[in-house]
Amino acid sequence: MITFTVNGNKHEFSGDPSTPVLWYLRDELNLTGPKFGCGMAQCGACTVHIDGMAQRSCVLPVSAVQGRKITTIEGLSENGDHPVQKAWVEHKVPQCGFCQCGQIMQAASLLSTNPTPSDEEIVQNMSGNICRCGTYPRIHKAIKSASKSISSNAGVSYFDPTQAGEEA
Amino acid sequence: MSENTYFDMNRRSFLKSTAAAGALVLGTYFMGGAPRAMAGVLAKPAENAKRANLFIALRPDGMVEVTCHRSEMGQQIRTAIAQIVADEMEAAWDKVIVIQGKGDPKYGDQNTDGSRSIRFNMQRLREMGASVRYMMQHAAAKRLGVEPSTCVAEQHVVTHTSGKTLAYKDLIDDALTITPPEADKLKLKERKEWRYINTGMAHIDLQDIVTGKATFAADVREPKALVAIIERPPVVGGKVKSFNADKAKAVNGVVDVIEIPAPKGAPQFQPKGGLAIIANNTWAAWQGRKALDVTWDDGANGDYNSANFKEQLLNTVNAPQALVREKGDALSVLEKASDKLVADYYVPHLAQAPMEPPCATAMYYKDRVDVWAATQNPQADMETVGAMVGMDKEKINVHVTMLGGAFGRKSKPDFSAEAAYLSMKTGKPIRVQWTREDDIQHGFYHAVSAQHVEAALDENGKIDAYLHRTAFSPIASTFQEGANAPFSFELDLGFTDNPILTPNMKLERGEAPAKARIGWMRSVSNIFHAFAVQSFINEAAHKAGKDAKDYLLEVIGPDRIIDVTDQKAEYQNYWGDKSVYPLDTGRLRNVIEKVSDMAGWGREMPKGRGLGIAAHRSFLTYVATVVEVEVSDAGDLSVIKSWVAIDAGTVVNTDTVKNQTQGGSVYGITTAISDGITFDKGRVQQSNFHNYRVPRMSDSPLEVEVEVIESDAPPAGVGEPATPVYAPALCNAIFAACGKRIRQLPIGNQLKA
Repeated sequence: MITFTVNGNKHEFSGDPSTPVLWYLRDELNLTGPKFGCGMAQCGACTVHIDGMAQRSCVLPVSAVQGRKITTIEGLSENGDHPVQKAWVEHKVPQCGFCQCGQIMQAASLLSTNPTPSDEEIVQNMSGNICRCGTYPRIHKAIKSASKSISSNAGVSYFDPTQAGEEA
Repeated sequence: MSENTYFDMNRRSFLKSTAAAGALVLGTYFMGGAPRAMAGVLAKPAENAKRANLFIALRPDGMVEVTCHRSEMGQQIRTAIAQIVADEMEAAWDKVIVIQGKGDPKYGDQNTDGSRSIRFNMQRLREMGASVRYMMQHAAAKRLGVEPSTCVAEQHVVTHTSGKTLAYKDLIDDALTITPPEADKLKLKERKEWRYINTGMAHIDLQDIVTGKATFAADVREPKALVAIIERPPVVGGKVKSFNADKAKAVNGVVDVIEIPAPKGAPQFQPKGGLAIIANNTWAAWQGRKALDVTWDDGANGDYNSANFKEQLLNTVNAPQALVREKGDALSVLEKASDKLVADYYVPHLAQAPMEPPCATAMYYKDRVDVWAATQNPQADMETVGAMVGMDKEKINVHVTMLGGAFGRKSKPDFSAEAAYLSMKTGKPIRVQWTREDDIQHGFYHAVSAQHVEAALDENGKIDAYLHRTAFSPIASTFQEGANAPFSFELDLGFTDNPILTPNMKLERGEAPAKARIGWMRSVSNIFHAFAVQSFINEAAHKAGKDAKDYLLEVIGPDRIIDVTDQKAEYQNYWGDKSVYPLDTGRLRNVIEKVSDMAGWGREMPKGRGLGIAAHRSFLTYVATVVEVEVSDAGDLSVIKSWVAIDAGTVVNTDTVKNQTQGGSVYGITTAISDGITFDKGRVQQSNFHNYRVPRMSDSPLEVEVEVIESDAPPAGVGEPATPVYAPALCNAIFAACGKRIRQLPIGNQLKA
């Protein structure tokens, strides 16, 4: 029996321990935020946090998460208002949106360990996440924005998503 | 090809060969002669709700349901359709809900490709919206016993000059007694009155996407669904020879192994055949597949080899071929020319590789099939599934999910047919999940192509004569056995409509029999045609010792309208009326001038850096791109920044156009850096993102600055036009940076030599 938490809730797993966490989350828990894109840790669409750090759930066997905390996009924030999620809305990053949960989880993990990454550090940390719609320039800008709001900590005026603004 | 082939319904044209079907398709696009019937929004309430029979429903609680009948794949069509309707009907934005339309011919064409959703629908959507506004205004006037002209409908409320107001929701019953005027007598808003159209307002699915709530195909949760993963024949036309079902079934969770019949005749959208492993969950199916020990009969395409085919194509374009367009006498001028530029270009097969691999869930019943699919064209699913399970297409209910990218792959619904067939065989709901390997190895590929271009240059570098031959496997080969030569609709895309001003031009096309399933990919044959033409012009500029941008403008020549049909050419102009959407060199010149200003064209560049420019009209939209690159002494390439000017006529959402243009540019990088799809022994040699490289953030410019040209010209395409121009602009920049000319894609190791 393998035990762990998912988004704060305790779970037990007694199936094939080689099952990737991705398929457990999707098929057993119906948590469909983490996406299947490649199955070999090439694209990052399946990215979740294990004890707060971004990991590719498509190649991570359930046997490796004994006693650990799994966080999916569904558990990243209470109301979809994590600074990274807000920055994604501010910059209207997504096109099709399929890779974006993974991108957001990767970016949130980056900023939790390095709240003020350089341009180059952002590129290095995000180049494992593919976006076929090609939203990279906006992802990069959004991470800079989220970095600012996280590092300044208080007194930040967030973008209002109902506002009909425009990406510069 | 009969008018019953799938192709008829699905791909804009090439139905000139079947006149009847062509007219049908065209009629469908424009809703035949019945715009008013379609605009009769509220005239026929359905059942309990005051529900529109088609696109707009005003509910008793005041919420407006707008149906989006096109597929959402990142182009924000759901938002754009709502913007158009809500603007014209004067709906309050917070009272608008978008309903995703199922597959149904009542909507007209639903094939979401060809960058035409706005172009083909904006007018009728405006008319429908304006009809509702008219009905509200007139219903209020009737209720108040006043002249309609004294009432104004605005933001869900009608206000009389007296100050009395009536909410839309309270006018529904009265409105049903009002008949809106014919479309041509309906007063649409003036441009200056638009409040949603032509703004960059945020798209409606944004919050769902960033919180993981958006429902893509694999996110459809049918509790009893079993999962199928399919081992397909590696060669097109191949068949199962032997396999070990027992070994696969021994895997815990695997419940069955079912053979899918091999396709008959031309591939069309039929499943490729193979063996489906049915299991309780995805991982079990995946493991079961590995245990199958399958062997194959490869059939006639088992000899397909990309290196040999490349040689064949290059030989083809180096010999005279069938005429496409002719002006003057290019051949004799070229023969006598003292100064000639000759170049061959090559672009490999490419895979669309959307982030979401194909996926569909189906449930077969005796009298119907329900399908949930990431499809660009639900009506094609209806036909394909119907044919697969032997049922009338009207009985196939196709629910369209969000599409995790598509780029042309998902208008070929073989995956829906697989799911339906397996549900029929098992009696259970089935979710067919394609793996990335399946997607890369069993696709409908962008055609491999070769181009041969020659020009005679006079002493000032002016092009006296121009010869261009193209060869590529036609998309028609997927639909019709023995279709070996490019069709005119593919030649239209950047070949026949060449804008070079020269007294002598000859364009020819050669045959290239397909050995793989050929399909369309974002911007289709524009990719290799624009690569050849825009690279060649750049080469000629260098030969003539002229600035690349000045020379590009020079060879395009003065502002004018080009009609290639004067030159023995067939040309269908993306199904746009040429009086409405002429090929206008003035607009092409304008985007070139604009992008040059944005990029600071002509500025001093440090060693190893260069700017490249290219311009191209596709899908009736004009795009010019400048790319800045750096090439190190060791031959490492960095794309620094890009600038794009796009003139797509009237645009609905300015930010969407920017985002699509940025993304379409990055997509264009694929052409240059990807290894392409290659075949040996009929098998695709790539399998996943480690050996089919697609652009990552490290390959992408961190800034793609986009200028959307303000225009009141009719709306044109947006999703595709930024893509074809990118690879030539990039390769021209590489030449400027380091003097190496890339004529064959991918770039690969060419900069290292």
